[in-house]
Amino acid sequence: MGLTFEGVSKKFDTSENAILKNIDLTIEQGEFVCIVGESGCGKSTLLNLAAGLEKPTEGHIYLDGEEVKAPSADRTVMFQEHGLYPWLSVIDNVKFGMKLEGVPRKEQEERALHYLDMVHLTEYKDYYIHQLSGGMRQRTALARALTINSKILLMDEPFSALDKQTSNRLREELQKIWMETKKTVLFITHSVEEAIYLADRVVVLSPRKNGVSDIIDVNLPRPRKIYSNEFVELRKRILGEVRS
Amino acid sequence: MGIIIFVVILLAFWQGGYYLCVDMLHLCKSYSVPSPIGVVNRFIELCEDGSIFQATGLSLLRGIAGFAIAVLVGVAIGFLINHFGYLQKNLKPIILGVQTLPSVCWVPFSILWFGLSTQAIIFVVVMGSAFSISIAVDNAIKNIQPIYYKAALTMGATKRQIYSYVVFPAALPELISGLKQGWSFAWRALMAGEVMTTSISLGQTLIMGRDLADINQVALVMIIIILVGIIIDKCIFSVIEKRVLSKRGLA
Repeated sequence: MGLTFEGVSKKFDTSENAILKNIDLTIEQGEFVCIVGESGCGKSTLLNLAAGLEKPTEGHIYLDGEEVKAPSADRTVMFQEHGLYPWLSVIDNVKFGMKLEGVPRKEQEERALHYLDMVHLTEYKDYYIHQLSGGMRQRTALARALTINSKILLMDEPFSALDKQTSNRLREELQKIWMETKKTVLFITHSVEEAIYLADRVVVLSPRKNGVSDIIDVNLPRPRKIYSNEFVELRKRILGEVRS
Repeated sequence: MGIIIFVVILLAFWQGGYYLCVDMLHLCKSYSVPSPIGVVNRFIELCEDGSIFQATGLSLLRGIAGFAIAVLVGVAIGFLINHFGYLQKNLKPIILGVQTLPSVCWVPFSILWFGLSTQAIIFVVVMGSAFSISIAVDNAIKNIQPIYYKAALTMGATKRQIYSYVVFPAALPELISGLKQGWSFAWRALMAGEVMTTSISLGQTLIMGRDLADINQVALVMIIIILVGIIIDKCIFSVIEKRVLSKRGLA
């Protein structure tokens, strides 16, 4: 069960070399997995493959035993650039996925308000996207992603375009939300701290190997503290791995 | 407010220039230069028999009818050239070419097909504006940010849902400015059509002014054509455009 990559390679037409070579990786149900790596290591490509937005050149991807062939609500994505619709209010953005699914209006309203409350945006539900700060936009995107009952949530550097203070805060909130919902999450980031803070397992991708160079279990109790000794030790180890 | 003062000053200069050149220095003949007072007098005369209102109303009606057809045809063609790569590659360059054709060039065709009739005028209007609308529709859809599609797809959108919930609203601002431009093409084409055929219309009132050597009537009709164009633009298209854009924080 969970999301499985089986011998997945990806080569773009524009380049000679494969960006990802022979990836084998499983994300178990209820697990929070972070993928870290320097830019150009193919981490976003890996997420796009899982989302079905790109097709692997070789190999297969399965979600709960079913092959991934196209995008679907089972594998919803939270993007770095929010991907919210500027013509809809905050709450209508949050309801969007449910509208597509044909959820009854009353239930849409209830679920949307529930998740808006979870990301502390209830007061802003009738605002339009241009009226929100960057952090509030990502909160809206998170609420939208949570309303969709996806089997796995794919997060593509969702906090990396925000200032440090805002991203720290959203990270804390995401940890709290995850502890409540226990959703399966595949989270892409270039920040090692972020990965250790959030993940059960950290997968290091290396551009030189075109694939996984190490997988590190993070057995720290939640909620985590960034400056604990174990945290700093792990950070040192993973940073070494990322840069090797 | 500022523009009203400016227009008043402009009219004062016009009247003053007329007075100087025609009445005092006798540089020009009074039948070859219009004057604001002459135009207003002609306007009052034409108001009394109601003919100017009838002409304006009928022209507007034809313009709207032609524009409505042009929108239907133009949106359909725009959609098709956007959707089918084959048409995009082969038909769009031809449409771009035809679009450069002045609408008056369609008049002979139109008269041979429809005679000196209202249909002939409407045909010219449709040909004059439909293609610009097609091109605007195609561009509006092309300029949609790819992330809007990606977000919808990963929330489980079907093709049809993508069209109604993403493509249409995302393209709307550009679509509206495309329609606005389409209207100005339609209005110009209408005048070309009306001048060349016969009917009760602004175009014919203009031609009648020429035939009667009544320069004030010619100027009057030109001013009415401009005013109707401005009013439709400001009171309809600009209002809708502002509404759509301000919601998105673009106005």
